Amino acid sequence: MARTVLPKIEALENVVQANRGLTAVIKKEISDHLSGRRFLILVILVVVACLASLYIAASAIRSAGQNADFVFLKLFTVAGSTLPFSFTAFVSFLGPLLGLMMGFDAINGERDRGTLSHVLSQPIYRDALINGKFIAGVIVLALVVFGLGLLTGGLGLLVFGVPPTVEELLRILVYLVLSVVYISFWLALSLLFSILFRQTTTSALAGIALWLFFTLFAVFFVGMIANAIFPLSESSPAQQVLANARLEMWLGRISPNALYDEATVTLLNPSVRALGFVMLDQLYGAIDAPLSFGQSLLLIWPHLVSLIAATLICFAAAYFAFMRQEIRA
Amino acid sequence: MAPSASKYLVETNKLTKHYGSLVAVSNLNLKVKTGSIFGILGPNGAGKTTTILMLLGLTEPTAGSARIAGYDPLREPLKVKALTGYLPDNVGFYQDMTGLENLYYTADLNGLSREVAKERIHAALERVGLTEAAERKVGEYSRGMRQRLGIADLLVKDPPLIIMDEPTLGIDPEGVRELLQLIRELAHKDKRTILLSSHLLHQVQEICDEVGIFVKGKMIASGTIDQLGSQLQAKEKLQLELKAEPRDEALYQLCRRTEGVTEVKGEGDLLKLTCQKDVRPQLSKALVEAGYNLLHLHLRGFSLDDIYSRYFQKEGGFYGQDRTA
Repeated sequence: MARTVLPKIEALENVVQANRGLTAVIKKEISDHLSGRRFLILVILVVVACLASLYIAASAIRSAGQNADFVFLKLFTVAGSTLPFSFTAFVSFLGPLLGLMMGFDAINGERDRGTLSHVLSQPIYRDALINGKFIAGVIVLALVVFGLGLLTGGLGLLVFGVPPTVEELLRILVYLVLSVVYISFWLALSLLFSILFRQTTTSALAGIALWLFFTLFAVFFVGMIANAIFPLSESSPAQQVLANARLEMWLGRISPNALYDEATVTLLNPSVRALGFVMLDQLYGAIDAPLSFGQSLLLIWPHLVSLIAATLICFAAAYFAFMRQEIRA
Repeated sequence: MAPSASKYLVETNKLTKHYGSLVAVSNLNLKVKTGSIFGILGPNGAGKTTTILMLLGLTEPTAGSARIAGYDPLREPLKVKALTGYLPDNVGFYQDMTGLENLYYTADLNGLSREVAKERIHAALERVGLTEAAERKVGEYSRGMRQRLGIADLLVKDPPLIIMDEPTLGIDPEGVRELLQLIRELAHKDKRTILLSSHLLHQVQEICDEVGIFVKGKMIASGTIDQLGSQLQAKEKLQLELKAEPRDEALYQLCRRTEGVTEVKGEGDLLKLTCQKDVRPQLSKALVEAGYNLLHLHLRGFSLDDIYSRYFQKEGGFYGQDRTA
């Protein structure tokens, strides 16, 4: 009897030891992020941008009067004329940079400094390092995003004095979770680049290039492809126009930015009842009323799942590449 | 599975590593006795670092196997890494953390409790003489200090086997002397097994109990320094330097007649004899009996140093190729 128990205890000890290593890595990485100047600069940038957008939104809402529905959500979504950016637009635009910044030198930086072989010669499994880095990154991201979101909400409360409804609060919380997932995608991507490229500058540039592509050029390319496959002219039949638009929408959804933006709009603007295009006959008889929270969530559920999947795929690729990589500098 | 009670702490069996078409290590059979200091000597690019990484399980061998205390580094990496302390060449610490914080990180990774860690870290810093600098960032450390912090790091981990890659590289002579003293203490006072690699034979030969000479991925000779001398000697012809008076033709004749001498040449005021074995006993006796005054008799190439450098020159020189970076 004792013979069968002993190996189990040994296996358990191994697991405990491995997790100890993981915890140590997570602790160290979190403190690294929080004390690093690079991180500080970026967070200041994001905070300033968000506060500016809050101020603009506040003045825009006040001038429009307070009788509108979901005033609290408008704090996050309304853009003014002087600063054409809302809070959500800022997070959507700068969030990826935050993720990229946190991960672009995760592995190749350690390799450069010669710490990689040192850390990996300690009694931890190899994946503890990369798991630890990713988990620590996500924790820090969650701290920043929730901190920022709640700060904006809190300030909005002070400015307006209108408390949010439970539904608004839920919508904001889901939006913040969504943002964490979205930025985590970029973190996983930069982690992957930091493993694939030996130079930190290369991995940083690769990340930024992809970010620029998705935020600026993807829409343009998607339109081009759709037009090439289903060319449109003034006399095009309705089917052709529809096929073109449908292809454009689905191709666009390859981009995580597009997914995130669609999901954000749906969450924070309850009057969005459908994504994509709606036929006139579908509108017939529809009641012009905001969607309930559950229905909005249902509408963006595929988006959320896709974003999580994209993040996990990136991380899995990074994990796989790292486990097979030579350690020597 | 179970750790063997063998007297060898490190054993490899036909360990081989290829990088594409490049053979980094070929059929290596290495044995390191428990409690000894083993030196892997060889020029840059000889496969020393690759061997070490394979022993640690950080690089996968192409063929063959390694055992550390009976554990396979690939199958049981945690056991092996727990038993082994590794000091890479140019040891890496986090630049923007203090020496103390770096050591605490190592302690954390090793799962040491806070009390044990604190105790060990302070003892280790004391021992390597870094107590004063412990609160400074590692980025400000000199190379010698970093190396000493590396040793402190090993002491915190407190493993029975220590592997050091080029520990003396880039350190001034006084620093090297102190470092070697520390290494010797680690082995003899603390009863640890030490495996170190170096391309600077003169620096490490005095502290190594056994050495293995690596050239192009092969261990061409191994054993104690003395064994190695004669081992390598057997493959080489010996050169004797002789100075005797009076120096006349009869002296040449006498030298040529001595058994084992193949060639005699005059060079300056010395006679240079090429011989197949050490003929010094017979020769000196013969010379004295013949009435010569023996002034100088030296067997050249008997010191390991000579052989070592000769080997390396033959194999493309000390700095012929860069490290396999």
